[in-house]
Amino acid sequence: MARWVVARAEDIPPGEHKRVEAGGRPIALFNLGGEFFAMIDKCPHQGGSLCAGTISGHVTSPEPGVYHYARRGEMVRCPWHYWEFDIRTGQSWFDPAKVKVRSYPAHVETGAQLQQGPYKAETLPVTIEDNYVVIEA
Amino acid sequence: MLHGQRAIDVDVHPLVPNMAALTPYMDEFWRDQVVERGINTIASQNYPPNAPKTARADWKQASKVSDLQSQLLDPYGIETAIVTPLYGTQMVFNADMARAFTRALNDWTRAEWLDRDSRLRASIVLPMHDPEHAVEEIERLAPDRRFVQAQVLVMGETPAGKRQHWQVYQACIKHGLPLAIHAGSSFRHPVTSVGWPSWYLEEYSAQAQGFQSTLGSLITEGVLSKFPELKIVLLESGVTWLMPFLYRLQKTWKGTRFEIPWVDRPPIEMVRDQVRLSCQPFDAPPEVVPRVLEMLGSDDMLMWASDWPHWQYDGEAAIPPGLPASLMPKLLRENALATYGRLRAPACVKE
Repeated sequence: MARWVVARAEDIPPGEHKRVEAGGRPIALFNLGGEFFAMIDKCPHQGGSLCAGTISGHVTSPEPGVYHYARRGEMVRCPWHYWEFDIRTGQSWFDPAKVKVRSYPAHVETGAQLQQGPYKAETLPVTIEDNYVVIEA
Repeated sequence: MLHGQRAIDVDVHPLVPNMAALTPYMDEFWRDQVVERGINTIASQNYPPNAPKTARADWKQASKVSDLQSQLLDPYGIETAIVTPLYGTQMVFNADMARAFTRALNDWTRAEWLDRDSRLRASIVLPMHDPEHAVEEIERLAPDRRFVQAQVLVMGETPAGKRQHWQVYQACIKHGLPLAIHAGSSFRHPVTSVGWPSWYLEEYSAQAQGFQSTLGSLITEGVLSKFPELKIVLLESGVTWLMPFLYRLQKTWKGTRFEIPWVDRPPIEMVRDQVRLSCQPFDAPPEVVPRVLEMLGSDDMLMWASDWPHWQYDGEAAIPPGLPASLMPKLLRENALATYGRLRAPACVKE
């Protein structure tokens, strides 16, 4: 498993997401309130790009007619068939044990930290002054 | 006996001969109204008297308990048969008339059938035009434990899952009564989703559409979620339509479930837990039946029915061909006992 520098942290503000690459793999990178989450940008169903999907919340119900809407912005819906995935875990809503998007650990490091290596940054120049999103994939 | 089982027949239909048979069970006002208005019969157009399906050639006489005894109960060695008359009383548009006529129908069933053969149990036929009337009828008859389920038609006034019906389902649960949904329309709407058909053939074949829409409504509106203890029994629905419909529903649910978050587990699982079907008709050739059973994925869902006197089979072929012998104990008896709490109660087995 390698450490991939995939984005400058300031390029993806909280609530935003971006499609990046790591070793040729398309990665969907999300910023939830300053915390970064990465998953393969292919729906496990038929390969739709999750980055092109709708971001929504987590809706549950204790009984018909009652909607509990929580975790706004933390679910992504594939644009092709609307399967929902938890951005934090990659798990699908309808079958979290069996159907999930492959996710990767993501965190922020400073350019200074990264200079100590090893890391891979295919398209991104790393400078000491900036912060970067690093994923392990 | 069928396969050595003391069989339970969950779908049997006494024929009401005419309105005069019911007037003794009405109060004076309605008894006189029937005469004054000249209401001789309100036979259901779901089963026109001379349509081939309505009665097998050798079962044309089906309005007396002795007919049922000689044609079915005795020769088949049936332990229990649940009778559900399909007369037009629950279809009339006047809610008060529907209430009065349906009360009379249920009392006719009790006096003319239940009181005359201890092997018989019955459905409480519900006047669903007004859900409060339906609840009232359940409350009136539930103390008689020979009534083992409540019955509605598959095509009613509004989709079955709508919340205005829930008080009826709550009354069913309160008294331990499954809700039986039988083929047939109350003719509030065309009997196909594309408009009125021209022929009886179209109408009878389209019943599965009604069952699909009704079951879809019960699932999506949250009836199965809200009332997990409610058992739904689909009578004369056929069997093979079920899983292809549910496959589409469940597939689509995966992407649209946020509209109905109370459906929080796969609909097919909910149906396996709560929905039961009578096996006449089955609607598949014998070689296909094993695959249909495989798709059902449960041995607990099918219950045997003769559908007497409806013409579903000839001679003695009471069990749809292709069903495996290993299924017979459940099909003929155990699944009905599991579904109908009132059949399990010792006091109910023999009067």
